Amino acid sequence: MGFLESWGHFFDRIGLIRIGSTYAADIDFLIFLVLVVVGAWFLAAEFIFLYFIMKFREKGDGRRADYIDGKNKRHKRWITYPHLAVLAFDVLIIVVSFNVWHKIKMDLPENPDCEIRVTGQQWAWIIQHCGADGELDTADDIYTVDELHVENEKLYHFKLEAKDVLHSFSVPVWRIKQDAIPGRSITGWFQPTVTGTFDLQCTEICGFGHTVMQGQVFVESAEEHAAWVEANTPEEAAAPATDNTPPAG
Amino acid sequence: MAEPAVDLTHAHPHDDHAHHGPEGWRKYLWSTDHKVIAMQYMFTGMFMALVGGFMAYVFRMQLAFPGINVPGFGMVSMGEYNSLVTNHGTIMIFWVAMPVLLAAFGNFLIPLMVGADDMVFPKINRLSFQIFFVSTIVILASLFVEGGGFAGAWTAYPPLSADSTYNLTPLGSTLWVVGVGLEFVAFLLGGINFITTLMNSRAPGMRAFDVPLVVWMIVVASILFMLSVGPLLAGAIMLIFDQTLGTGFFNPATGGDPILWQHLFWFFGHPEVYVVLLPAMGVVIEIIATFARKKVFGYRIVIFTVVATGVLSFFVWAHHQFIAGIDPRMANIFTITTLLISVPIAELCFVYIATLYGGSIRLTTPMLWALAFVAEFLIGGVTGIFLGAAGSDIYFHDTYFVLAHFHYTFFPIAIIGTYAAFTYWFPKMFGKMMDERLGKWHFWLTIIPFNTIFIPLFVLGMGGQHRRISNYSGFSELARDGFQDIRVFATLSLLVMLAAQFIFFYNCWKTWRSGPKAPKNPWKANSLEWTTESPPPHGNWHPDAMPVVYRGPYEFSVPDREDDYWPQNEPPRRGSAP
Repeated sequence: MGFLESWGHFFDRIGLIRIGSTYAADIDFLIFLVLVVVGAWFLAAEFIFLYFIMKFREKGDGRRADYIDGKNKRHKRWITYPHLAVLAFDVLIIVVSFNVWHKIKMDLPENPDCEIRVTGQQWAWIIQHCGADGELDTADDIYTVDELHVENEKLYHFKLEAKDVLHSFSVPVWRIKQDAIPGRSITGWFQPTVTGTFDLQCTEICGFGHTVMQGQVFVESAEEHAAWVEANTPEEAAAPATDNTPPAG
Repeated sequence: MAEPAVDLTHAHPHDDHAHHGPEGWRKYLWSTDHKVIAMQYMFTGMFMALVGGFMAYVFRMQLAFPGINVPGFGMVSMGEYNSLVTNHGTIMIFWVAMPVLLAAFGNFLIPLMVGADDMVFPKINRLSFQIFFVSTIVILASLFVEGGGFAGAWTAYPPLSADSTYNLTPLGSTLWVVGVGLEFVAFLLGGINFITTLMNSRAPGMRAFDVPLVVWMIVVASILFMLSVGPLLAGAIMLIFDQTLGTGFFNPATGGDPILWQHLFWFFGHPEVYVVLLPAMGVVIEIIATFARKKVFGYRIVIFTVVATGVLSFFVWAHHQFIAGIDPRMANIFTITTLLISVPIAELCFVYIATLYGGSIRLTTPMLWALAFVAEFLIGGVTGIFLGAAGSDIYFHDTYFVLAHFHYTFFPIAIIGTYAAFTYWFPKMFGKMMDERLGKWHFWLTIIPFNTIFIPLFVLGMGGQHRRISNYSGFSELARDGFQDIRVFATLSLLVMLAAQFIFFYNCWKTWRSGPKAPKNPWKANSLEWTTESPPPHGNWHPDAMPVVYRGPYEFSVPDREDDYWPQNEPPRRGSAP
């Protein structure tokens, strides 16, 4: 792993938040980059600030303050150059941010292994899994409440909807977050990279029970996931389907 | 060393000018004196700060010790928790930051600093406070109606806020919108006065660039407010219609759009940040110039930068909505504008630091507050970059990182800035000198706990802790022992900070009872308010002795002058340059 790449794994390494999806490290890299850039600016500014306060404190020796109005070009440079530097660093951050944003929110990778539909309602997540056929709105879809079961390393597309008020679909280890809006279906994607059980949050206040809108994500190995799909496929879909119309809902 | 530049030998008794306004209790109902109205705004705001602070105490206790019987409140239900955080935010911004910084200091300082006897429209000014007072009663009443206070966050996103079958607070949510709407009307009326008074009532000789920066900044803030509040008022009316008349402006089932509210809200909401920031920054630069005995570095740079910031602030609102379901292409545009606004704000910070260079700095209590503002606001500023970049906002949106970030902007503004202004102008407002020793205890016991409350919350936010949750025990990643320790630590810090505020109240009470009388110009500052009595009489100056201005407000330590200050109204010696 290269030096720059290792920046993306900083917060995972110190045990603050795990990296659990293909794009989590991209977001963490951006965060760490901003931390380095603005951290350096911040420390420099605070250092100069405190140094000035100590150096130019009145010492009772009768020294008077200088008369500097800041109109002189030689003096103004001390403001102009740093603020041009701020602009340059802004451009750097904007470029990296664009890349991350495009990868996650604008470029939808094609040919997903499975599609899911996530519907927020007061105060639960209704999750429609694609089932064994990998497609949504077929008879073998598996419905769960507050439990999202996915297979590790597979590419997922999700359709995010809401029944009543705004909700927000968030899985911190995947660094994914998207508001769900009644009347719309928002498409996005994720690809988990670590097996385990993780929190699924609602990050938009949705009324009285917002606190208890708690879900879980189960990222399973291929065998575990296949077993789960088999055990939970609705009975009428297990028999060869004669009627292909999707269930209402 | 570092004692205030107090010169008590010049103190002389308060001239008993004839009072023209109403007397007794009627004074507080019907007075049109800008100073009385300023006090009314200030004390209402400070009372509301106690209410908002109490709410913070209750919900922080619940977060640190879930399920505890909070002393003074009792058990906190999920609904009550939501209502507490909602009204804490609403009150602290609309009923504390705005009335104290903008209305109280705007009212007190603008006429005194431009050398006017009152505002241009004193009766509009009085009406402004009266409406504000009604709005205060409405928002307080909304907490006690059946169903409890509004609990849909201070941003009031529909459909939750628009439909009582969703929010379960049919009365509270409507009263909340009515209260906020009335508050906006009050500030619109106040803004008219601020702008017209600066334009029309300046003392003879006072040119645009002789006006103290705090007045410029309050007026620019008023303009920002008046330009941005219209869309939100329209939105508030639509929201009331949705709540009470059954319209569907924000209801997708009837062709409405919930995102529309977010645009209307944040189109106001982001400039609003600068509406409260600018008065605080103005206060701070006045104090830094006075106690560094320095001319402000680049007076005109500051004004142009502030105007640029104000203009830019109208083009950044959607950075609150990156993941709200707006077109993802818009995020690119708003990332650029948002990061660009860091340039003028950084420039202002550089100017403030540069003003210290070569100064003769006196660390009085107001100066400590002013310097702390710069040091702390920097943290709020740089952490904003993480959120302005759309890529990292995907993760940080609606986490405690956001919460810590905006508390690092709003706390310096609304609390540090207010204490800076209050301690600096206290001698002028009340005619007494505050106790410096108590003031410094209060300062340190507020600043240190402030940082130990909110720096840990950045860590929780980075760890994925989302907002407006009353109990994290159901989230395995957030219920870790280490995280709960951090929550307890932040809450204990808050208790220390709240307790320290009693030092301030004791200091005020003690000064009121037995503080030394303040002279006209205790800090040896230049602007016009220091040329009249402390406190100023009705009409501010004797009608025959209204001030005339000869120079800008920051002529400190001018070479070849005996005094290191040069009041704006002191006539130049014959034959010498002005």
